[in-house]
Amino acid sequence: MAGENTALAIGKAMVTAPVPAADWLVIAPLIVTMMGGALCVMTRKRTEYQPQIAFVFLTALVAVNIALLSHVTNSGVVVMVMGKWLAPFGIAFSVDTTSAILSLVASIVAWCVGLYGIVDVNNTGRRYGFYPFLLLLMTGVCGSFLTGDIFNLYVWFEVLLISSFGLLILGNEKIQLDGALKYAILNFTATTLFLIATGLLYGLIGTLNMADIAVKVKTLPDGAPLGAITALYLLAFGMKAAAFPVNFWLPASYHTPRIVVSAVFAGLLTKVGVYALLRTLVMLLPEGRSAMAEIIAIIAVVTMLTGVMGALAQTDIRKALGYLVISGIGSMLAGMAIGTGSAVAGTLFYAVHSIIVMTALYLVTGLIGRMGGSFDIRELGGLYKGSPVLAGLFLVLCFAVSGLPPFSGFWPKVILVESSLKESYYWVAVAILLTGFLTTLSVGRIWIYAFWRGGPESAPDNSEEGKIIPLSESLTGSQAALWIPIALLVSLVVVIGVAPEAMFRIVGQGAVGLIDPSAYISQVLGGAK
Amino acid sequence: MEVGLSVLIGIFFAASIYLILSKQIIRILLGIAIIGNAVNLLIFTSGRLSREIPPIIPLDQDVPALGSANPLPQALVLTAIVISFSLFAFLLVLAFRAYQELGTDNVDEMRVAEPADQPKPPMGY
Repeated sequence: MAGENTALAIGKAMVTAPVPAADWLVIAPLIVTMMGGALCVMTRKRTEYQPQIAFVFLTALVAVNIALLSHVTNSGVVVMVMGKWLAPFGIAFSVDTTSAILSLVASIVAWCVGLYGIVDVNNTGRRYGFYPFLLLLMTGVCGSFLTGDIFNLYVWFEVLLISSFGLLILGNEKIQLDGALKYAILNFTATTLFLIATGLLYGLIGTLNMADIAVKVKTLPDGAPLGAITALYLLAFGMKAAAFPVNFWLPASYHTPRIVVSAVFAGLLTKVGVYALLRTLVMLLPEGRSAMAEIIAIIAVVTMLTGVMGALAQTDIRKALGYLVISGIGSMLAGMAIGTGSAVAGTLFYAVHSIIVMTALYLVTGLIGRMGGSFDIRELGGLYKGSPVLAGLFLVLCFAVSGLPPFSGFWPKVILVESSLKESYYWVAVAILLTGFLTTLSVGRIWIYAFWRGGPESAPDNSEEGKIIPLSESLTGSQAALWIPIALLVSLVVVIGVAPEAMFRIVGQGAVGLIDPSAYISQVLGGAK
Repeated sequence: MEVGLSVLIGIFFAASIYLILSKQIIRILLGIAIIGNAVNLLIFTSGRLSREIPPIIPLDQDVPALGSANPLPQALVLTAIVISFSLFAFLLVLAFRAYQELGTDNVDEMRVAEPADQPKPPMGY
């Protein structure tokens, strides 16, 4: 009889049916990047093979992420549990629209950076491990987006953290060690705070599965210390996302590594923090979030304004862009503070837009640095003569990052302003518009100084000082590897700006899933697959 | 037992935050090592502490006896120890390399990435 019972119990507690083939897509991004990373580590002595290997695996990553997104939008939340233990006991990977769209955009950006790196990262950089670190960074990023277990999220955070350390000090220069030390200590502290919050949450409700947490948090008695846990999550992920006042690691470090590394960091790392904030504050602890809405709104406004003022105060383009990353995080936090469906959709849309635009801006800045011989706007000038195409692309990105139509930055700002007015957060709406204006000033000045004026400050016409270095002089490989990623990202910016309907549908679906996770919960806990 | 450990964890957190707020990198690193241990103890304590009742399900029952310690936090602590240990090892090497290159372990004097006398930006177009 005992044996019969056990068999019955195992049938209830474990997944006995084989996993449907389509559901393997859930962990395919991780498998692809881990295999690619491992192969790149194996070929560390034959660095000439690494770009090809990375290119193949990053293309595969984009492909499986496209398949995953279409699978999720068609058939709802997809769940896969590891080791066949049923949720909430096994570690579950559960993918909703939010996870899938962010994972897809992140992989597109990684593909672009991988291609750009073929030319931009020299053999020394490859020997230091650019490609293995890039692929393993993507393992961490995709894992963070796709997992449905909060402790597992911590593990993926650490995976991406250690890979980002490797990328940051690629080359071992003085300035990189200085920036990396500050970045490493502050980010390590942030993940420790995340772990503290998770430990307290587990002590309170006894589960780590996100769907299970969302259910059990509602059944807690009054007076449970959820406010403290929410505040700890806000501090930990706010630090990751570079929200004021815990964002000083970002301007200290983002201009120090190679430009491709800056590009992938600016695109992905802070947005993983924003995603974790969305997941924990909006989906898991909605009551804690609404109790702290005012505080989050204040943080958001201060973050966007200090960010853009920091950008105005810089002469180095890379530093100015770092501050613009921070300013964008402020806008995303504003949507989280308002917390309605459309505001969360705006946050998600802004995250997608910011991933694409910030990466593209850094990649274009890499070309500016190559052609102008400097990243300092006082020493640049007249680049329009060197490459009108580059001037045009940079101008498009300037419009997009400022939130001007018809580019991708316009729509999320429209949604955010509209929903903040609807919820009577007038000062937030004013701050978003003011930030847009100041961003226009800041990037406009960069464009005018680097491209439009005749030459650098106080340089006579046609002098040696203002000379434009043709790209072919500083390059050994083909220039296409530099232009294709930029062209792809800029065309995405234009397409999303001109035809935003598809993106509206996706982020709307994602926001609904975050605010009302009942479908997510029933799929994870009830889905006996 | 829980009360005693909670007090100890509080002392650990206080000491580590004090150390992390100082200006010497080596003191900051010591603070990080202590905060890692504080977190591990915190998770360990959150899973109930008792030696008397083994966490084994008796033959005729479906759940472990009431009051036994939860083994899951201990598994989490193991994971956290491994991860924080490896990251801490990396931080030590990084701090040592930074000390070699920059010639100081005072964070106020580490100004290579952000020089103190940055020029003013252009004030117009």
